[in-house]
Amino acid sequence: MSPNDVVITGIGLVSALGVGSDAHWQRLTAAAPEPVVDALRFAPYTIHPLPEIDWNLQIAKRGDQRQMETWQRLGTYAAGLALDDAGVKGNDALTATMDMVVAAAGGERDETVDSAILAASASRTDHGILLNEKLTTELRPTLFLAQLSNLLAGNISIVHKVTGSSRTFMGEEGSGVSAIDTAAAGIRSGRSTHALVGAALNSDHAETLLAYELGGYLHRGPWKPVWDRAGAEGGGVVSGTGAAFLVLESREHAEKRGVPIYAKLDRVVSDNARRSHDDLSAEIEKLLRKADPEGSAGLVISGASGAHTATNAERQALKRLPSAAIRAFSTLTGHMKEAQFPFAIALAALAIRHGSAYPSFDRHVEKDSAGEPKAALATAVGFYRYEGAALVSKA
Amino acid sequence: MAKTTDHLGRPVVAVTGIGLITSLGVGTEDNWQALTSGRSGIRQISRFPIDHLNTQISGMVDFLKSSSEGPSPLTYEMAETVAIEAIAQSGLDDHDLAGPLFLAAPPVELSWKSRLGLYAAASEAEGYQRLLSAARRQNNSEIFDTVQFGTIAGHLSDRFGTRGLPITLSTACASGATAIQLGVEAIRRGEADRALSIGADGSATEEAVIRFSLLSALSTHNDPPQKASKPFSKDRDGFVLAEGAAALVLESLDAARARGATVLGILAGCGERADDFHRTRSKPDGSPAIAAVRAALEDAGMAEDGIDYINAHGTSTPENDKMEHLSLATVFGERTRKIPISSNKSMIGHTLSAAGAVEAAFSFMTMLEGVIPPTINYDNPDPAIDLDVVPNVKRSADVGTVLSNSFGFGGQNACLVMAREPV
Repeated sequence: MSPNDVVITGIGLVSALGVGSDAHWQRLTAAAPEPVVDALRFAPYTIHPLPEIDWNLQIAKRGDQRQMETWQRLGTYAAGLALDDAGVKGNDALTATMDMVVAAAGGERDETVDSAILAASASRTDHGILLNEKLTTELRPTLFLAQLSNLLAGNISIVHKVTGSSRTFMGEEGSGVSAIDTAAAGIRSGRSTHALVGAALNSDHAETLLAYELGGYLHRGPWKPVWDRAGAEGGGVVSGTGAAFLVLESREHAEKRGVPIYAKLDRVVSDNARRSHDDLSAEIEKLLRKADPEGSAGLVISGASGAHTATNAERQALKRLPSAAIRAFSTLTGHMKEAQFPFAIALAALAIRHGSAYPSFDRHVEKDSAGEPKAALATAVGFYRYEGAALVSKA
Repeated sequence: MAKTTDHLGRPVVAVTGIGLITSLGVGTEDNWQALTSGRSGIRQISRFPIDHLNTQISGMVDFLKSSSEGPSPLTYEMAETVAIEAIAQSGLDDHDLAGPLFLAAPPVELSWKSRLGLYAAASEAEGYQRLLSAARRQNNSEIFDTVQFGTIAGHLSDRFGTRGLPITLSTACASGATAIQLGVEAIRRGEADRALSIGADGSATEEAVIRFSLLSALSTHNDPPQKASKPFSKDRDGFVLAEGAAALVLESLDAARARGATVLGILAGCGERADDFHRTRSKPDGSPAIAAVRAALEDAGMAEDGIDYINAHGTSTPENDKMEHLSLATVFGERTRKIPISSNKSMIGHTLSAAGAVEAAFSFMTMLEGVIPPTINYDNPDPAIDLDVVPNVKRSADVGTVLSNSFGFGGQNACLVMAREPV
């Protein structure tokens, strides 16, 4: 035990399953957890949609809500939940000295404007002039601010007054891994005492799906659990709308404040395997062993995306590890890219705090578990690149 | 021999390699010559039509192989080129850098060229439905790569043999400074002996110009283009969108000395502070920027009187230059007027994600060469901004320390303190 141990004191979650960490715990520990899906809106693709959510609860000003697109509202909302949970929200002395690392992609485009340009392009050859004509007259001026990657963090600063520092990392699942790693490293080194870290993804948006489907990564046809998509049509990913934010803190800082601790974040490891050359499952196995050298984890919260190659490699790697209960939450929430790793860590921390694992999310693959997990692994193997894992244990 | 740990007992971080590209050209040497001659890289836009655009000028990098290929290929090519230059100068192996990579880069999006191409490649449905089915059929890995935020850094990491998961970051117009800060922190924590920090931005598309234009951020002084960027002038009317890149090889001073490398300068301090006031405007009292400057000085273990020269953020927008002056006047007090301060952006425009890195590179050149680059187009001083902006002509000066400011949308404020020798 060290005063600079990194502990988790706040969790904010949103997914198709609901809003808040309690709602997630309830839904995920139900006897037979069921996913919430929308198979119609973007058919033949299925998504896990935005749940019912009252933005006013975390974003008090309508004006602020209007300035954001959905991914920013989601992230700002989940950040607020995490800050509330940690007893930080509204405490100016704490938020003004709090570090922040957000993992984000870009924001949302105006599909109406884009579609109008695309439609007009069919009957015109002067596409450059067409773009200027339409974009100068039809783009909403402030939309840009709802698209810039770092403006999720910017909105969190404005709404929740987190201003110690603000960094935004980009790069799919890997950016979520780096965000957690960087925030934790700051605390471990004593430079930082408390940090807000997380991400959000809006999948109720064609542009989000397009980013996957340009590489053929989306699953088509009826919904299936993450581990069972290999033989199905398409690339295996079912995208989900959601967000995950964590408050990380030094043990000393948390204890001084007298707030409850979910779990300790022991170790974050990451890799950039050369997937075209390396044996990915061997690389993942090495990574997991590095995260949990003593094989103490009785539970693995897997962020497996469903993407065929990466998901199969992770499954093979997990088979070679000491026996642990494996739970791939994307089966129920969908894949949330940048938010995948923070989400995995959040679910791992919830299980540690409650002293029990989740029931199987996939009866064919995930075996039931017995007993109380003292430690849990969280993984995020990128659907196309980058790998990360963390060990979370009893504080 | 100076100490190799700083005032807090952390490893001193040295710079052993610098690489640069701006609209003025490729390479540190050419850029430095042009910059100190007061030459502008701002030209009329030729990459796409300028019909209907209020702003028709920019500082684009139009002389590279991928200049017309879209933001992702151009950003990659610039990042690779400046990294090759920086690593060559450092004397390290450019296929086995063996340290982490921090890349400041613009957010990526499907280019209009690809978007229109996809649309034309299918005939069923409309709008995004059609794009999705065309995407599904084409399964084009090149286009896929351009819309993944982690791709550019991934390719750079493969190319240069950097270690671990590369970090791509965006803190808007402070990104370049943040990339350097992350490298400094990794070395100070003892996680690495060296790091590669790059800022690169090749995202000057028609949509980028229009977006900034709609926010009234850009100068509309189209004629003559080289006069448009006029930081600290009374008639300044916005920044000039530009492209560029810079790379720094950062090393612990110990490691650099152990291998006999030439030390080009010291990255002495980094400071940051977020603003919670507004998405594009700073808090009227300038407190976040003030706090960022002070945090950088404190991190460097330096008092206000330790700074010899300020490399300004100096965007040439009415708001920035006013607020930057206010912040500096608050921190440096009476002495503010006596510290030379100049804006590289008067010549190269605002290179956005790259700016903090580009300007750090120029700051090291300033110390190494003993020459302060000018603020050009300073013909009509703003009487409310009483600063020695090194107007129009370079100045010889013994510069031992530099403060470089970077402020961005979303309340991002990051400042770097650099020194010629360990402080």
